[in-house]
Amino acid sequence: MIETILQPLATGLLQAFEPLNLAMILLGCLAGLFVGALPGLGSVNGVAILLPVTFLVPPTSAIIFLCALYYGAMYGGAISSITLGIPGASTAVATVFDGRPMAQSGKADQALMAAAIASFIGGTISVILFTLFAPPLAAFALAFGPPEEFALMVLAFATFIGLGGDDIPKTIFSIMVGLALATIGLDIISGQPRLIFFDLPGFLAGINFLVLAIGIYGIGEMIWTLEHTQGKVTLHKVKTSWAGFKENLTKIKDYLMTTTFGSVLGFFVGTLPAAGATPASLMSYGLAKTFSKDPDSFGKGNISGVAAPEAGNNAASTGSMLPMITLGIPGSPTTAILLGGMIIWGLRPGPLLFSEHPDFVWGLIGSMYIANFVTVVLNLAMIPIFVRVLAMPFTLLAPIIFALCVVGGFAPTLKMHDVWLMFIFGLAGYLLRKLNYPVAPAVLAIVLGPLAERSLRQSLIASQGDPLMFLERPIALTCFFFAAALIAYPIVRKLLQKRKPVEEG
Amino acid sequence: MKRLLRNMMVGAAALTIGAAGAVTAAQAEWAPKKPVEFIIMAGKGGGADQMARLMQGIIQKNDLSPRPFIPINKPGGSGAEALQYMKSKAGDDHTVMVTLNSFYTTPIIQDGLDIDITTFTPIGRMALDTFLLWVHSDSGIGSLEDYVAKVKAAGRDWKVGGTGSGQEDSILTAMMEAEFGYEVTYIPFPGGGTVAKNLVGKHIDSTVNNPSEQSEFFRAGNTVPLVQFNDERAEAFKDIPTAKELGHDIVYYMQRSVNGPPGMSDEAAAWYRNLFETLFKSEEWQTFCTDDGIDCKDWVAGDDLAAFHQAQLKRHRELIESVGADAITGE
Repeated sequence: MIETILQPLATGLLQAFEPLNLAMILLGCLAGLFVGALPGLGSVNGVAILLPVTFLVPPTSAIIFLCALYYGAMYGGAISSITLGIPGASTAVATVFDGRPMAQSGKADQALMAAAIASFIGGTISVILFTLFAPPLAAFALAFGPPEEFALMVLAFATFIGLGGDDIPKTIFSIMVGLALATIGLDIISGQPRLIFFDLPGFLAGINFLVLAIGIYGIGEMIWTLEHTQGKVTLHKVKTSWAGFKENLTKIKDYLMTTTFGSVLGFFVGTLPAAGATPASLMSYGLAKTFSKDPDSFGKGNISGVAAPEAGNNAASTGSMLPMITLGIPGSPTTAILLGGMIIWGLRPGPLLFSEHPDFVWGLIGSMYIANFVTVVLNLAMIPIFVRVLAMPFTLLAPIIFALCVVGGFAPTLKMHDVWLMFIFGLAGYLLRKLNYPVAPAVLAIVLGPLAERSLRQSLIASQGDPLMFLERPIALTCFFFAAALIAYPIVRKLLQKRKPVEEG
Repeated sequence: MKRLLRNMMVGAAALTIGAAGAVTAAQAEWAPKKPVEFIIMAGKGGGADQMARLMQGIIQKNDLSPRPFIPINKPGGSGAEALQYMKSKAGDDHTVMVTLNSFYTTPIIQDGLDIDITTFTPIGRMALDTFLLWVHSDSGIGSLEDYVAKVKAAGRDWKVGGTGSGQEDSILTAMMEAEFGYEVTYIPFPGGGTVAKNLVGKHIDSTVNNPSEQSEFFRAGNTVPLVQFNDERAEAFKDIPTAKELGHDIVYYMQRSVNGPPGMSDEAAAWYRNLFETLFKSEEWQTFCTDDGIDCKDWVAGDDLAAFHQAQLKRHRELIESVGADAITGE
């Protein structure tokens, strides 16, 4: 243990503390915060844009910079989710659910702080797990074939069963709309185009999840707020003070449990090549709600609803480094670009990287610890600046949000097609909200739908159409079992509550 | 202070223009006047994407272009999206595309597309990527003969992983089915890396991967190649026989070339040819090719590349006809 883990870790930490590497961590975290907070940029684009710049420094410093940028972006995404109600990145969509209502009721500073601290806990738990169990976890990731991936997706859907609130038909409707939208584009099995409306080539690439999320939450929310405030009022001023900061610190205990749980879950989901940080943050949110004492307060500004997805996405971003380094398979789109970078530097990720380039691997692991610390400090220090945004009158803020939404819709694919789609989703989101339809299940369905469809069809092709094959896969069976338990849990709880006499009238 | 800042900015701008001017003067001919759109007809993280980003990196590192190359992925419709985009950019001097074999197959398989790739401006062939047949090292299969016997015995229970219907490996899989007279179950995955992982995890029985996707697992002893589908044995896989040597006429390459939109100006085409030739001959590119077992010996550009495209197009049409488009699209 000491020789295989602690010693190289100490060397790695020392390496990360070298002035150049430390500077890279700082720069990377800052760039990441910026890239994550700007809607439409996100860590994928940030890493892709800055990759060529890293040729100026040695490979280890270069990847340290890009990884720091990756974590920084995970933190940064929460900033615009909370202050503006626009998800800064797809990984921060679940943060909008409760972060935005908190900001609207004048608790933006609390939400931002919860996001920063949960991110730190998520990142740190994750990197500790990474340090201790990387090789066995790589073997676990290999055991995940299509049937296991499908079972995991079913489990993910199950975590969201309670998401829509009490109106079950409306929730089902919302999920179905999301699933239908998810089928648009090229079918991976037959290669044939599906649901290409009006023969527009833009639909060939499918519906970009971020376009949907920015439309619904950014544009839809803006219309909603304009209608309700008539553009007259400032949202809510937040005063930040040292005393307030200390008081907010005591709130950590409210979300410590969900954060820890979300971190571990996020890490495992991140290590599986299929998933990545977005499903991890959504699952973490769903679980936090299912097991909350007060599930009804979720979506209305529950602090755990901010902490859980942030812990989940940060943990998953570290987790997704694992298959990249040990198997050479990217766990998320961002790590796919990082992988390209490693090849340019002449490093071949794969089963032998740990033994052949220990300096590189352990230097990277060491930098993860430091990067997490740096980002949490940066974030906490900047909360007073971020909340100033909310002091602007909404008549000023609305055009800014609008412009950011357009940029955010355009940037990922550089297609006007997506901007028009975003407006349509914005209007639809506003109408659905007016009619009291929950939109979160649709958002979840469009993320998980394609993954679930693909893995199910792969499984069935492999078994030549025999669904009983799932019963022979122990990991898949376990996932199904937990999924069933999750679906049953809220129902059982509701039944038990009914038996008890109503306390608050 | 504001004034100082403005002066500095003006100075910086002048410097940038000056630097760009110097480069242009040195080459004394056409050079890009704005960032070049570097279209990739596949998704992020795949083989084509990695190569394009490596090219971008080498261009940047060696200062080969006065304006940056911006990689843009247009993966929709097996490259149909990218092809249509290039067509719409006819006459543009600031767009070039990195292609794979879907450059040929997509217009053939998707009849409604109305794309004639021979109208595109050929620039240069950067590599001929190769294919090998891989199995798990625990399978105990040591030769092609063994393999064919095992597959025939298993029939449809034999699972071959690939990157999707209509992709290069599915064509090669169909070619093998036709040659050996067996039928397997073909399972598509998103990208060669995922296929490799599923082979190592024993969720599939075999695959025809590019070397870059398997080489690390091969070095770690997880997977073994049985046969290669090149004309001659690749340097990186000297001990592995070619299908030809074993008496089976299955030869298949993946071309990775750079092409401009239809009607690109001659001056611009010449400039890009020059740039990519320098890149092709750079030490970085050649090292990358050798390490990956990719063929980067001959530089083919301009009219020669046009002739190569013609021949490949004809070959793919025949291939698709002989194995049937259905065999490839999985219907």
